[in-house]
Amino acid sequence: MDKWAFGITMMVVGVGGTFLTLAILIWSIQLMKLLFPLPAEDSDTKKRS
Amino acid sequence: MLADILTGLGGLTEGVQLLFTITGLKHIVMLLIAGVLIYLGVKKDVEPLLLVPIGFGCLLVNIPLSDLMHVGIDSGARQVLEALGPSAPESLKALAKDDTGFLRTIYNMGIANELFPLLIFIGIGAMTDFGPLLENPKILLFGAAGQCGIFLTLLLALALGFPHLQAVSIAIIGACDGPTAIYVASQYAPELLGPISVAAYSYMALVPIIQPPIMKALTSEKERKTRMPKVKRSVSPNLKLAFPIVVTIVTGLIAPKGLPLMGAIMLGNFMRECNAVTRLVKASENEIANVATLFLGIAIGATMGAELFLKPTTLAIFALGFVAICLDTVVGVLFGKLWYLLSGGKINPLIGAAGISAYPMAARVVQTQGQRYDKHNFLLMHAMGANTGGQIGSVAAAAVMLSVLKGLGLI
Repeated sequence: MDKWAFGITMMVVGVGGTFLTLAILIWSIQLMKLLFPLPAEDSDTKKRS
Repeated sequence: MLADILTGLGGLTEGVQLLFTITGLKHIVMLLIAGVLIYLGVKKDVEPLLLVPIGFGCLLVNIPLSDLMHVGIDSGARQVLEALGPSAPESLKALAKDDTGFLRTIYNMGIANELFPLLIFIGIGAMTDFGPLLENPKILLFGAAGQCGIFLTLLLALALGFPHLQAVSIAIIGACDGPTAIYVASQYAPELLGPISVAAYSYMALVPIIQPPIMKALTSEKERKTRMPKVKRSVSPNLKLAFPIVVTIVTGLIAPKGLPLMGAIMLGNFMRECNAVTRLVKASENEIANVATLFLGIAIGATMGAELFLKPTTLAIFALGFVAICLDTVVGVLFGKLWYLLSGGKINPLIGAAGISAYPMAARVVQTQGQRYDKHNFLLMHAMGANTGGQIGSVAAAAVMLSVLKGLGLI
């Protein structure tokens, strides 16, 4: 494989893949926040403080 | 008898004589480099946990005739192999190996098979609190922006004529993450492991010097003074427990070639968050990480033999490593500026510099720089979030790279 074709492929797929992977993780964390909300007493304690 | 005594004495002076040959001069240069590494570690506090064993390993391997990285073939087995000729099976050749050097044994024990970086990653996972990242998950994108230097440096390395896999191994210095750099280089460019590892750890230690001028040059005073709201507590213990498992599965499915790296760091973090294996957590962040760091350092130093290290490529690797970390910071801060514009001035662009993986140094740099322009600006928790995002980002970038290489049929 030609070095420039290789470099550009790695750059496009690499940067894109890294952003995509982390974007999926962000979405997963947000989903997990809905599944595992902060217990009510912890939120109350936080509000009082 | 006198002749025997003189011959015996000759054995004692052989090493000294060798030092004063052309080859010996290279060894002297390497002994000086070993001295510099040890000096930096001991007197200047530059990553001493790594640079001291690396420096000492370098010193050991460059003493002439020490044979500490000896690779040989058992004499009996050699006769059998010679009799069989080219038809000798590979399994027999492997069995006949006689790697007797002390440093070679350590190298084979944990670098050749990638074990030591992974053990260190378990310790890093056990020490890392992903809480600030989980409070504001979008900040994880800084961890992706902070890895762009890797890919830009890859293009530069290719332009300089490095073969594909060497270029990838050099570019990964931009991950600003020692174990990841060692993991990739030991697999795909073991001949460059010494300079890549030394460059990775040296530049990580120099982050507080490298980053501030770039941060200042790319941002206005108004942007640097941007205050960010206090981080609200919104993360439940169950979320912290589920996080390492979800990250392992998601990244493992997308980029399976990087699973050992991500799996190791997330195993350490899961043990930390589950509160059920306190002894294992303590062992991971102390004994195991310390022993692995010692052996890793010595073994890396052992790859710094004069013949392998004293080449023009070493200088190129150091230059490319420096460029990689600068580019990471540039792209990170520019990404921060973009976010600043899109959010209507709610994000301090300096946070972008923490998207590299040098944890927690990069976050501290952001806090220090923020307070230089506004003493009451507290960016640390946001920067910690971006910095832990950088840790995940660097491993994800390496994992993606390896998986793309596999997809292209290059590994």
